[in-house]
Amino acid sequence: MTAVESGTGTQREIGAARRRKEDQRLITGRTRWTDNIQLPGMLHLAMVRSPFAHAMIRSIDTDAAKAAPNVVAVLTGREVADEQGVIANAWPITTEQKTPAHPPMAVDRVTFAGEIVAVVVARSAAEARDAAELVDVDYTEMPAALDLREAAEDKVLAHPDLGTNKIAFWQLDSAAQGSGGSVDDAIAEARANGIVIEREYRQQRLIPAFLEPRSTVVDPTGEQYTIWSATQIPHIARFLLAATTGTPESKIRYIAPDVGGGFGGKLQTTPEEWLTFLAAKRLGKPVKYTETRSESLVSGHHGRDQWQKLTLAATKEGKVTGLKVDLLADMGSYVGIVGGGVPVLGAWMFNAIYKFDAYQFNCTPVLTNKTWVDAYRGAGRPEATYAIERLMDELAVELGKDPIEVREMNWIKHEEFPFTTVAGMTYDSGNYEAATARAKELFGYDELRAEQKRRRDEGDPVQLGIGVSTFTEMCGLAPSRVLGQLNYGAGGWESASIRMLATGKVEVITGASAHGQGHETAWSQIVADRLGVPFEDIEVLHGDTQISHRGMDTYGSRSLVVGAEAVVRAADKVLDKAKPIAAHMLEASEDDLEFGDGRFSVRGTDKGVTVQEVAMAAWHAHDLPEGVEPSLDSDATFDPDTFSFPHGTHLCAAEVDTETGQVKLRKYVAVDDIGVIVNPLIVAGQVHGGLVQGIAQALWEEAVYDDAGTLVTGSFVDYTLPTAADVISFDIDHTESPSTTNTLGTKGVGEAGTIASTPAVVNAVVDAIRHLGVSDITMPCTPQRVWRAIREGSRGGGTPDAAQPHFGADQPNQDPTAGGAQ
Amino acid sequence: MTRISVNVDGTAYSDDVEPRMLLVHYLRERLGKVGTVVGCDTSNCGACTVHLDGKSVKSCNVLAVQADGRSVTTIEGLASNGQLHPVQQAFTECHGLQCGFCTPGMIMQSIDLLNDNPQPSEEAIRHGLEGNLCRCTGYHNIVRAVQEAAGQLQPSSDGGSAS
Repeated sequence: MTAVESGTGTQREIGAARRRKEDQRLITGRTRWTDNIQLPGMLHLAMVRSPFAHAMIRSIDTDAAKAAPNVVAVLTGREVADEQGVIANAWPITTEQKTPAHPPMAVDRVTFAGEIVAVVVARSAAEARDAAELVDVDYTEMPAALDLREAAEDKVLAHPDLGTNKIAFWQLDSAAQGSGGSVDDAIAEARANGIVIEREYRQQRLIPAFLEPRSTVVDPTGEQYTIWSATQIPHIARFLLAATTGTPESKIRYIAPDVGGGFGGKLQTTPEEWLTFLAAKRLGKPVKYTETRSESLVSGHHGRDQWQKLTLAATKEGKVTGLKVDLLADMGSYVGIVGGGVPVLGAWMFNAIYKFDAYQFNCTPVLTNKTWVDAYRGAGRPEATYAIERLMDELAVELGKDPIEVREMNWIKHEEFPFTTVAGMTYDSGNYEAATARAKELFGYDELRAEQKRRRDEGDPVQLGIGVSTFTEMCGLAPSRVLGQLNYGAGGWESASIRMLATGKVEVITGASAHGQGHETAWSQIVADRLGVPFEDIEVLHGDTQISHRGMDTYGSRSLVVGAEAVVRAADKVLDKAKPIAAHMLEASEDDLEFGDGRFSVRGTDKGVTVQEVAMAAWHAHDLPEGVEPSLDSDATFDPDTFSFPHGTHLCAAEVDTETGQVKLRKYVAVDDIGVIVNPLIVAGQVHGGLVQGIAQALWEEAVYDDAGTLVTGSFVDYTLPTAADVISFDIDHTESPSTTNTLGTKGVGEAGTIASTPAVVNAVVDAIRHLGVSDITMPCTPQRVWRAIREGSRGGGTPDAAQPHFGADQPNQDPTAGGAQ
Repeated sequence: MTRISVNVDGTAYSDDVEPRMLLVHYLRERLGKVGTVVGCDTSNCGACTVHLDGKSVKSCNVLAVQADGRSVTTIEGLASNGQLHPVQQAFTECHGLQCGFCTPGMIMQSIDLLNDNPQPSEEAIRHGLEGNLCRCTGYHNIVRAVQEAAGQLQPSSDGGSAS
């Protein structure tokens, strides 16, 4: 018996577009952001950061800063070298991986522009910043490894002591692991008798750009260190802080209060958190550090940044036979918490929804003297999806066929699930035909193709392009045993507890740590259905290791598929514990009880008690059956057996002005199969937001460095997040093939939009101007690049030429009063 | 230090402030009005938007001393007697927020936009919100929230944002 099946007359919460519980505090300004916290005697930090990409620190003069008003301390790396701990990489992708030591504050050498070299502690944030200006650091500059491909050749070393920039080599080979044939044979065969498509694609460097700057408060008073931090991972951070500083885990309480977005960017343990902890510990005072946006952009980890070399083999008819992938992935100067694991996650995704026999994935993560790179929404999967979906369009062009037809010829048919791919991953469910049919219908595919032809024939200066992306992803990270096999340093389970309060209220404690996803609402809906208690009676608690003591936190579209399954199991345990008490209260046998709509009733009678009445009976415990404990509270930990595999078909129509290179979105349709939907309102929001982040990669965003290794997109003036005026409203819908890997049948939706939309948009842009001799445009497809591509039949030029140094004396925009270049 | 007198959310305050202090820091650090937040250093993001004498301003781009003798409304001063402002209500109704960090500024700007143009087109809404960045929603439901507040959306039982 499950709690939800026998309901009559009660509206099911799962599937309802509940307005979010979270919203009341967020729309009235009663939110608990970390930076809002003020404690008695609190001190404030300011960071002194390196202006050089690679340099030795000769000396640091802190005298003037120490003498500044209300400065309490100035710390340098050398002074704290033995007590500052280290920033850890949790996923060394091979046992031989070369991982540079990552001290929170540089001791002898800085490895990227923006690295912390000194910390100023003062009574106010403004005084700390003023004093930071007075810290005088003497550097000896060193050659910097900046370009990814050059760095892979080890010409200049990012960390000379490692002897190489390549941290590891990681391979998945279908022949070697027995999941398919030899890719070299498939390519040789295609060269002789079929089609070979060879391409090189650039995944530009992006910045997660969560809207809330990171902030940390550490309070050392009392028995524990209480740490508030704008993080996605309070539990993992607590573990790593204990493990790397020798502080007992039980003495650390980590709290992620309201957190303003993450997108992977707050899936990190940061130098700033560790140094705030250090300062609080040293001084015995509460300490706060809140970064500026400029600091956030230069020091928070970046995302993507790959060169992809791809070889696709197919028969003359268009049946794909093999795919070889060679990746270079820029790690920046340190290997972050997921690090090389991010590009490696692509290993199971380049084959996407397609059936073919031979596959090889080769990945080399490379160190450079730039900001570190780690997880950003999708993490490894957008890069893979981009490559394969661009290649499928190229194959269609080679064949002279419609891109959807070529995909259909190659994708897994719905009756073939469960299906084990050439990468060795077993997809449990899906229906690519249904999602594609619905997307074509919503899009008006045939009509738009007809319009495209008409405008092309007429020589319209504004050309229409149609982009297709049929994607899948792996969500629900992750089965712990798989993570173990991959050498990841933790498990992938999730934990939940349910507390039944005496008054009938229910507290749900989850180890997932939301930062905008709406867990409080969705978890309430799930528990309301499971226990039959009102949605309003449920309170969801999370993000505080003292309340939610077990958890693996929120990333990788894992919270619903892993975290909510733990909630379901805890709820079922509550009912199991309630049943004997209910039977006792009703003077009936347990066997005669049925449960529905929150009520245990004696079959065939009108006698019954609600689970909330049972909770009261368990609380006062005056009359319980012999040997039954006076509590319904229950815990559960769920470790998934496998991943979940959402998929979808996205269609984009874009108009390209061939005279200016301007790209304008005309229509965007997304039909995603994410299994069972708990809250359609929240799902729509996740899709919309994901789409715009993926579209932004295609059209606007790029972290650009100049040839000295300075991030020139160091503020929101230069790092161009899309605004409301840049994007359009979307048409979204869903098909539903429930996941078979969890009770609720959910698959995860957090990353879908971002993964699917980038290739859909670039395919549309290229499709619009392919007849003008363009077969690829480097992302982001800015007007300048598109215009140049049309004129030259090129990819529109690279980025290095576009980076304009900000601080050259002969450059425009200099401050004439500043007396020359800095 | 300069003495300023300013009315914030209906309460009169009088304080000595450093001439360089930004209005947003005055609101947050001196008055505890932490509903208004700081999202960038370059007045691009609009998260700190408040109303100064009824017109929206980015409070990171106004000095506290410039607010002397004037009236400021923040996100915390919108609801009255427990009743949400219609634009606040529309944001939750249409799921126009996720993490909520941009939301105070987005709501304040939306009110300003609707004050200027009570029946804006979608394009006018998108341009009117161009100075406010959101990283979560893709703006789709924010635009709908403004339309809802303008009375332009058909009532629907499921919120209908999945369109």
